[in-house]
Amino acid sequence: MAVKQVNPTRMELSRLKKKLNTATRGHKLLKDKRDELMRRFLEMVRENRALRMKVEEQLRQANANFVLAKSSMSDETLKAALLAPKQEVYVSTSYRNVMSVDIPVFKTDTRTPDPNDIYSYGFAFTSADLDDAVKSLADILPDLIKLAEIEKSCQLMADEIEKTRRRVNALEHVMIPETQEQIRYITRKLDENERSTQTRLMKVKDMMLQQAHGY
Amino acid sequence: MSERIAVFGDKESVYGFAALGLDTYFFDLAQDNTAAFRKLCQSQSYSIIYITEAAASFLEKEIEKYRSEPSPAIILIPGVTGNTGEGMAAVKTSVEKAVGSDIFNE
Repeated sequence: MAVKQVNPTRMELSRLKKKLNTATRGHKLLKDKRDELMRRFLEMVRENRALRMKVEEQLRQANANFVLAKSSMSDETLKAALLAPKQEVYVSTSYRNVMSVDIPVFKTDTRTPDPNDIYSYGFAFTSADLDDAVKSLADILPDLIKLAEIEKSCQLMADEIEKTRRRVNALEHVMIPETQEQIRYITRKLDENERSTQTRLMKVKDMMLQQAHGY
Repeated sequence: MSERIAVFGDKESVYGFAALGLDTYFFDLAQDNTAAFRKLCQSQSYSIIYITEAAASFLEKEIEKYRSEPSPAIILIPGVTGNTGEGMAAVKTSVEKAVGSDIFNE
């Protein structure tokens, strides 16, 4: 590994030691974060899969109901029946913090409290199949919203896990070894300097003794 | 702060949602829907957008952009033409991104 050039001074050495300390601590913390995120993510993704399977099956049935309803009514009547919906659904989003990921929590609110307001038409000209179809769709809605919540959370967490994993790897395989290498280099250089001073002094001492006493 | 829910897809698949009080937007096969979909995502008035798998297959790039954004949540649902498995594939993508490989593969 190509080592970045550093000044072999004591000041630089203590700076690098501090840096290594921080990096090691950060690495440990990030690793813990990654592990915990992963655990939560796996839990959530299992739920996501189960819920999606359930919702998809229910939707398939609801769609079949709509096709059935359509077959017994003219296109115009159907259009007219669903043209002006009585009900409106509002969502208020709050965020829950899970390991520094803000995951959404959806809370739905309807314009009117009456659950029968989903039938936006008179019952005289529409078939009973349409009522069934609309009802079956209305029954899915809570699950659909839950699915949106969980699936979005999974997407956001997957993103965060990826980021955290990169940071952990960068610290573990680049930053920490590099700093250790630099510290080793400075220590060696300083030791070498000390040894060279030592020998120089010994040499000078020899020369002085030679001059004074003729050893 | 109250947002709405949008449903985007071909007419046959989404008109039922209108009765429940969700906003429906029809996907038109004859033209490019990218602009319409983008407008929907950027309007800030929708926190959840359901999109049929068939429509989503034309808008993959746009959907991908919003994966890591906190809002809106874009969720794939099967349309009237049947389940293409795209929705489950989206879940799989998340797992692959987080874990490195799809560990729920069965």
